[in-house]
Amino acid sequence: MSQPAEAVAAPAPQQSERSRRDFLNAVVRVRELGLIVALALLITITAIAEPRFVEAASLRDLVRNATIIALLAVGQTLVLVTRNLDLSVGSVLGLSAFMAGDLFQNNPDLPIPLVFALGILLGAAAGVINGALVTFGRLPALVATLGTLYVFRGLAFVWTGGSQVNAETLPDSFLSIGTSTILGVPTIALFTVVALVIVGYALRNYRAGRELYAIGSNPQAARLAGIRTDRRVMAAFVASGALAGLAGVLFTARYGTVDATAGTGYELQVIAAAVIGGVAIFGGSGSVWGAALGAVLLTTITSALIVPKVPAFWQQAVVGALLLAAIALDRFIAVRVAERLRQRSTRTTAAAQARNGGER
Amino acid sequence: MSAERAAAAPAPRRLSELARWEALIFLLIVGTMVLGSGLSDEFLTGDNFSFTSADMAEIALMALPLTLIVITAEIDLSVASILGLSSALMGELWVAGWPIEAIIPFCLLVGAVCGAFNAVLITRVGLPSLAVTIGTLTMYRGFALVVLGDAAVADFPESYTRYGFENVPGTIIPYPVALFGVLAIVFAVVLHKTKFGREIYAIGANQEAAFFSGVRVKRIKEILFVVSGIVAALAGVIMTLRLASARADYGTGFELTVVAAVVLGGVSIFGGKGSIVGVILALFLLGGIRSALTLGQISQEWVTIVTGALLIAAVLGPNLVQRAREARAHSRDRGRSARSGSLEHRPREKRGTDE
Repeated sequence: MSQPAEAVAAPAPQQSERSRRDFLNAVVRVRELGLIVALALLITITAIAEPRFVEAASLRDLVRNATIIALLAVGQTLVLVTRNLDLSVGSVLGLSAFMAGDLFQNNPDLPIPLVFALGILLGAAAGVINGALVTFGRLPALVATLGTLYVFRGLAFVWTGGSQVNAETLPDSFLSIGTSTILGVPTIALFTVVALVIVGYALRNYRAGRELYAIGSNPQAARLAGIRTDRRVMAAFVASGALAGLAGVLFTARYGTVDATAGTGYELQVIAAAVIGGVAIFGGSGSVWGAALGAVLLTTITSALIVPKVPAFWQQAVVGALLLAAIALDRFIAVRVAERLRQRSTRTTAAAQARNGGER
Repeated sequence: MSAERAAAAPAPRRLSELARWEALIFLLIVGTMVLGSGLSDEFLTGDNFSFTSADMAEIALMALPLTLIVITAEIDLSVASILGLSSALMGELWVAGWPIEAIIPFCLLVGAVCGAFNAVLITRVGLPSLAVTIGTLTMYRGFALVVLGDAAVADFPESYTRYGFENVPGTIIPYPVALFGVLAIVFAVVLHKTKFGREIYAIGANQEAAFFSGVRVKRIKEILFVVSGIVAALAGVIMTLRLASARADYGTGFELTVVAAVVLGGVSIFGGKGSIVGVILALFLLGGIRSALTLGQISQEWVTIVTGALLIAAVLGPNLVQRAREARAHSRDRGRSARSGSLEHRPREKRGTDE
């Protein structure tokens, strides 16, 4: 093969190859796109093996299962972005879930929106405690929310006194939130979608939202730039708590039967969902869309693995491996982006030097 | 020679700081003792010690390597899952007809491999240990379930299981606790009396500085994670013997209890600070509270609440004291600079808000 012939033949395939590489790059770099592709692949493959998997009813179940973890992941993202962590969400969910059940059990005529409001308020109050410990008390978030994880869970046990709320004692109109659909979409999922849109929009477009990223990227720089970091971090914890409170009420509507153990162990699942969704565990990057998609992917895997008769026991192992792959991918991208930035900056400085030289 | 002196110089301050923490925990233990013996006559008995300490043995064991890991400013949340995997393997291999003498080393080996896998992802791939070990926490628990499912294997012979709960002859110390005692001494000596131990502190205080002073940061972290895996597997073996039954879901949620014990023991989650003695005292305190409330027939839920509250209070208290001290120093500074002219005023104030 002679050199010139290859050079002539090159341009056309190069073009298509470049566009393919660009697409791959985009899939890898835009996490949401990558997650959607992974999700689509997963659902397609499962559907080929078992067509019933994509029937409307089972898809709806899929969405319902993902709803609560996705909602918690949205709140968790707000906190993670500021380089903090909220381990107490599972316990807050438990408290709020039992409160909702208890309220209805004792006064079946209570208006449903009021119970939702109370659940959210309870969660927000828990968030205030977490936020105060982290900002005013200067506790590392991991320690503070590990402590409140225990305290809130313990309070839930004391409150329930070993009793449990049963579905029969709850009003049907409340339980129907967990089962009904609006225009084919499960009602329960609409709560998550609304929260997702609001938080997603605020995080992207509002100053307060951008400041959360600034704090997570470099807390000290953010403070010196005049951002009231304590106030913002507090707000993130309150929002995470409020969403966990909302998730608790939805938990009761969905499952009907609630005891003090509701939501035990959710905290690590939620963080896993956010991390799979591309939220950096040390702050500064990630989106709620990614986190919610991460939650959907996690729950879909769990459902999909049932189809090929994989013993249920494999689920956890696969989820763990996926999580590791996700963070490894993040690391890989971060390294490449850093390299490219370095290249670009050397190129621009070289160009600037050349220009300066020319002017002189 | 001079390097040695430099390393020794900050020690007194750190020592006194630690001593204060340990004194605080010690006082709390005394308080628990008084409370416990007030609640029940059985509290201060040998039997109660044997029972409670055996119950804490697995958490106590896993706390030792975790202390060292947290001092290097890393974390290992996968320990409880390695415990479960080890127990599941023990059950499965026993059913398959392996002798116990072969099963135990094999379990420890698997623990070492699990730890090494964590270590490689953290040191060689460069991933944050918090995220990695949340991932392997799920994965190793998954492996445990794959190995044994939701079955339980309970036909271990009494000649082995007795080492899980019986006391060392002539003492009130159960075998697992005796083992913990031996390991605690080993860990304390390594951490506080060897070069390796000082390097662990150096990594936690300033990883980069440690690296440039010739500390093999990655190698040390790898050793610690492998040791953590081995000890977690050992805890799985002990739990299986103690309860005379192997299950894949043993220790679910223990990871956070172990972290709580380590933090309560005065180990800074940001690394560089902490001692084995502090963690041992914290374990005593947690065991004492658990036992006192159980014997006092106060519902078990309060144990959870007290543990959480203690964890927060233990870290919050010193922080608030320091905050108050800083505020005082700050206002004194301000007064002084006002007297000596306003030029110095501004930067000082800025430094104050910087903290």
